[in-house]
Amino acid sequence: MTWTWFHRLGSPPHVYRLARLLTPWFAWPAGALIVVALYGGLVLAPPDYQQGDGFRIIYMHAPAAWMSLMVYTTMAVAAAVGLIWRMKVAHAVAASCAPIGASFTFAALATGSLWGQPMWGTWWEWDPRLTSELILLFLYLGYMGLRGAIEDTQRADRASAVLAVVGVVNVPIIHYSVTWWNSLHQAPSVMRLGKPTLSSAMLWPLLTMLLGFTLYFVAVLLVRLRAEILGRERSASWVREMLAT
Amino acid sequence: MREFLGMGGYAAFVWPAYAVTLGVALLNVVWARRALSRALTAARRRLAAGGGDA
Amino acid sequence: MPELTQPALAAGAPDPAVGGATGEGASVLEAARLVLLRDLTLAFRRSGQLVQPLAFFAIVTTLFPLAISPELARLREIAAGVIWVAALLASLLALESLFRDDSYDGALEQYVLSGQPLTGLMFAKTAAHWLLTGLPLALMAPLAALSLGAPAASLPGILAAVAIGTVALSLIGSIGAALTLGLRRSGVLLALLTLPLSLPVLIFGARASELAIHGAPYAAPLELLAALAVLGVTLAPLASAAAVRISLE
Repeated sequence: MTWTWFHRLGSPPHVYRLARLLTPWFAWPAGALIVVALYGGLVLAPPDYQQGDGFRIIYMHAPAAWMSLMVYTTMAVAAAVGLIWRMKVAHAVAASCAPIGASFTFAALATGSLWGQPMWGTWWEWDPRLTSELILLFLYLGYMGLRGAIEDTQRADRASAVLAVVGVVNVPIIHYSVTWWNSLHQAPSVMRLGKPTLSSAMLWPLLTMLLGFTLYFVAVLLVRLRAEILGRERSASWVREMLAT
Repeated sequence: MREFLGMGGYAAFVWPAYAVTLGVALLNVVWARRALSRALTAARRRLAAGGGDA
Repeated sequence: MPELTQPALAAGAPDPAVGGATGEGASVLEAARLVLLRDLTLAFRRSGQLVQPLAFFAIVTTLFPLAISPELARLREIAAGVIWVAALLASLLALESLFRDDSYDGALEQYVLSGQPLTGLMFAKTAAHWLLTGLPLALMAPLAALSLGAPAASLPGILAAVAIGTVALSLIGSIGAALTLGLRRSGVLLALLTLPLSLPVLIFGARASELAIHGAPYAAPLELLAALAVLGVTLAPLASAAAVRISLE
């Protein structure tokens, strides 16, 4: 009985309507939180003892890195649900996640590099965090490449789902081995993408930003999901009825 | 104000970082909405052409 | 060569006419053995093709001294990395043919329909692939290492590392090979999918070889490499079996 909500999520028209309804409830709070966090991070937070105002990049780098990982995990979970319960909608969710995650992985790499230059003196360092982000980007590109190469939607869904699940299992292994590799050739700790010790005045904008971007992700996902569902449902009668009204 | 823009000397790194990330965020919104409107247009066109249930 | 017909593979189907599958029908071990033997036999019929990944490995290894320097002292510094990158790429090339021929002649579909656990058959195919590619690479790697200035004492360690590492690479690669079955330009896509997943193998394998070359104890990364191989053995055939089913539907 309590599972009916789950099974209704398998119905494309239901999910479509739900997505349309919920989007503003995520979009507006997301925008507000991000604006507040921007003010808190750029204006209110005091400069760092070691990194001065440079540390403020964290308010962009951390959310980007967080997004890259969270979106990949969401994609893999949706893919697994689609494989196990054979739900088309779950596969549509996974497909919608990929471009969002890939673009934020790119942003994480760019902001990581911009943070590194004044701190390390070089535009790139093979530090474990940046290297892992780079590999994550490759995982996203592989996923999108596989989807694009398969014409049949069902095979594309299921093949990329297997890839996503295999990938997500690998992420901790990759991260561990990259960290291990990096520690072998350890340079002084200034090499690490420096996390300044955060006072509470610095911390709350960060947490607010992370929450804001999480809500933002849901909002963007819901919009993409609607587009994805429409593309898959093509000539279904519910689409006809919905468009007629 | 100038101090704010100067970011204690780190302006050349901080502002591009904000530009990239917020730019990506904006791009995703535009991208998603464009995808949706294109999907709706395509669906409407199919309906007008007389497409029913396959 | 044992006839690989449907009855020979089928679980529970008696076929006294076929050698190796009698009585109550083939068990999964029997079926796996048949698949392994078939792959090995077919490969030896086209023995010219067996050499290609090895030739590729040799050529790639040769590129580095030509591109960098003939000084053995300098080459020794990068020898471990060169060998591993070359082995990784050679292994990738050989993966394309893992399922391709079987998908052309219908054998792959027979495997899926046979009623045998597809996971077991996938394990057999991957084992054959390693015997035909990974093991020869492991035997060649010490020679390549010597040519790059590695001391003789390091050779057993290098052989062990490449042998274990290529087991993991064959397993990981089988997943990508199954997913990209029949797609256009699957070679590039296969590389794009497999390389990121293979990075831990590269890291630990190269490190073990590096330590061996410098005469230091290399047990730790070798054990981690072995752990990856064991993980691959347990999980990869499952994933590639699922992928084969998806690709054939």
